Amino acid sequence: MSETVKFTIDGKECTAVKVQLLVDAAADNGIYIPVLCHMRDLIPAGSCRICTCKVNGRNMAACTTPVEPGMNIDSHTEELNDIRKAIVEMLFVEGNHFCPSCEKSGNCELQALGYKYQMMVPRFPYAFERRELEASTPKIFLEKNRCIFCKRCVRLIKDDQGRSIFAFKGRGKTLEINIDKKLAATMSDDLAMKAMNACPVGAILKKEVGFIQPIGTRKFDNEPIGSDIEKN
Amino acid sequence: MKEKIIYITNAYGNDSGRLMDILLDVQKAFGCVSCEAVGLIASELKISEVDVVQTRSFYHFFTKEPVGKYAVYMNNSVVSGFFGMKEIADEFEKQAGIKFGQKTADGLISLHYTACIGMSDQEPAALINSVAFTELNREKVRQLVAAMREGKAVEAMFNQYGDGVNAHPLVKSMVKNNIRKTGKVTLGEYTPGKGLAKALGMGSKAIIQEMKDSNLRGRGGAGFPTGMKWDFCSRENGDKYVLCNADEGEPSTFKDRVLLTERTAMIFEGMAIAGYAIGAKEGVLYLRQEYVYLKKYTENLLAELRNKNLLGKNILGKGFDFDIRVQFGAGAYVCGEESALIESAEGKRGEPRNRPPFPVQKGYKNKPTIINNVETFCSAVKIIEEGAAWYKAMGIPESAGTKLLSISGDCKAPGIYEIEWGMTISEMFEMVGATEVQAVQVAGPSGICIPPSQFNRKIAIEDLPTGGSMIVIGKHRDILKEVVLNFMEFFEDESCGSCVTCRSFNMILRKQIEKVVEGHGIKTDIDNMIAWSEIIRKTTRCGLGQTSSNPITTTIKNFRELYDKRVKDVDYQSDFDMHKAVAESCEVVGRIPNIHE
Repeated sequence: MSETVKFTIDGKECTAVKVQLLVDAAADNGIYIPVLCHMRDLIPAGSCRICTCKVNGRNMAACTTPVEPGMNIDSHTEELNDIRKAIVEMLFVEGNHFCPSCEKSGNCELQALGYKYQMMVPRFPYAFERRELEASTPKIFLEKNRCIFCKRCVRLIKDDQGRSIFAFKGRGKTLEINIDKKLAATMSDDLAMKAMNACPVGAILKKEVGFIQPIGTRKFDNEPIGSDIEKN
Repeated sequence: MKEKIIYITNAYGNDSGRLMDILLDVQKAFGCVSCEAVGLIASELKISEVDVVQTRSFYHFFTKEPVGKYAVYMNNSVVSGFFGMKEIADEFEKQAGIKFGQKTADGLISLHYTACIGMSDQEPAALINSVAFTELNREKVRQLVAAMREGKAVEAMFNQYGDGVNAHPLVKSMVKNNIRKTGKVTLGEYTPGKGLAKALGMGSKAIIQEMKDSNLRGRGGAGFPTGMKWDFCSRENGDKYVLCNADEGEPSTFKDRVLLTERTAMIFEGMAIAGYAIGAKEGVLYLRQEYVYLKKYTENLLAELRNKNLLGKNILGKGFDFDIRVQFGAGAYVCGEESALIESAEGKRGEPRNRPPFPVQKGYKNKPTIINNVETFCSAVKIIEEGAAWYKAMGIPESAGTKLLSISGDCKAPGIYEIEWGMTISEMFEMVGATEVQAVQVAGPSGICIPPSQFNRKIAIEDLPTGGSMIVIGKHRDILKEVVLNFMEFFEDESCGSCVTCRSFNMILRKQIEKVVEGHGIKTDIDNMIAWSEIIRKTTRCGLGQTSSNPITTTIKNFRELYDKRVKDVDYQSDFDMHKAVAESCEVVGRIPNIHE
């Protein structure tokens, strides 16, 4: 039997199974902590840092912190929400994001968080980085201008022998997402779709389906991100 | 090519965990790891090509295109800059007829910049085909390039060797130790094997107790209590590992270089003692690529220690098995972070791991692992030999024992000093002959920049902790331009990028400080830098990220007037610089820009 633990988030009593990650435990208790890199059941990356909470007074990423008995967690505070907004703004200036022309608009988690945190104009100067669009694989466009380095595709998308189809290349300011052209040529439609759906932004697009779902009927068009969790 | 690469991958058992070694061998054999090589390695290791590329592209000594027959890696760190790096670079460019980042058409010479190579006491310095050339000047550069054109072997380009082991037939390096002050611990008397023999008679629990009693704390900079770390790991079950962090990449730290040269056996002995204490049979010395000139000597010494039964099977007849291999890095500052070092030793990108789990629970190959700094292992040997009380009698309460400092910059006697903790900064200046001091950078870029009003502070874990780096900054230096901007460029390059706040904010902050240095800054820029630094500190995953804005925040705090002098008191100032924007096109068409302001 798994051990049950009690803890509080923003003063609300919560319970979860010990070793469960804070971000998932919060969701199960109806509390939304924003994420961009996290996906349930995937090895945590801890890379986007937007889920940063104060755990017993210390800043920790909720996606890499297992819950412990008696933890006292602050999430929805002015300070943390401003950090989250800053991270969203930072991602907008770091890459080249043009929502009106993006196939993922309405299904994009970054865009949805921009609305949630009421981003108007980023406080940071734009980087105007020059990045490439990789369109030479049969099933997928890799639009590097939009990549936010969440590593979801790196962790999730493997070929039938477990080999990586996506990986990072470079480091620091030269970092980019890279696709294995040989293995990508073997991708099935399902795997390509899975990759597109995992991507929180419009960096991975399955060819020929970009606008199949009409704008206005998309995931975040009518309800803000996180409302599915908060409704429970 | 195919046979050679298959030979190399076979030599490492086609194990993707040894990808670093495979890439190092391929780079050495072919001068690059080409796309073709990537394909071959991937198919031999049965991994995808992007997984080979992700490691290759992480380390700056791996290249996709072939480097020159003579590959010059010029150190562009702060202290190198102080002592004429620009002139040396200029001379290399003139003589070779190319710019840095380029290769001569005949493929003879390529010029590259690299971060600190651990020679801050003998700058300007460069590595040419992994051989260190120190105290360069224009004349020496002219001779070097002439020798390259004659096709001379790099080793034959000089005949004066440094002191001590630097002159050993297996090293033959011009690097000097510059040991200015020895203490009783790491640079004191040392008899190989004595500590280990005593340890094997003590038993594991007693060793750990002795380490705890000594109050020894990690000498790499973080200062975690060593005894506690060993204790945690000793409580875990199964296979365990001892890793030695010899990846001193903090600019202007070079104390481990001297220990790796003069106290190599002591490091291995410390690792063996630790192995016995925690119950490990294998150790790995993770040695930075910049010190590859010590490779033959180090590997030969390992063989000697095995012959003397100080390593290997049944050590000293006590039934304890322990052996060590050397793992080279390939140029990445972040690999000095312990979990990044583990990733790198496993053949991956040097990205710090998320904690928990901690390395003592799941480290190298996901087994319980202790990682200690070179100096920590050396200290451990003496503690076992002489006892915790002897050790603790030196230093001050929270900071027991001695510390090696690598002092560089504007002083008469840059080099290595073994001091007792508790020395003040002023006393340190007297020791190294530093007058006319504007500031001192304690603990490298990730540390703090101290103004004269704080020179009475103590070098100690409870006051000014340091992994060993001390840069004396003279009154004639432009701190913002020569120091802060250089440090931020360093962090921008060295951020692993996997945690987006560190990657992105370091780019943003580098641009802001550049704006201020170039005279386009306004008051708001200073406030912004303070606020944005705070976000990095609160959100990044590892120590590198959390401290990466320190060059800016500590100088704003301690040298605010330098910023105020540089910024304009206006509400808005465009980042756009017309002169800069048209410079390139004007050069092409041969026009002098005529800009109306």
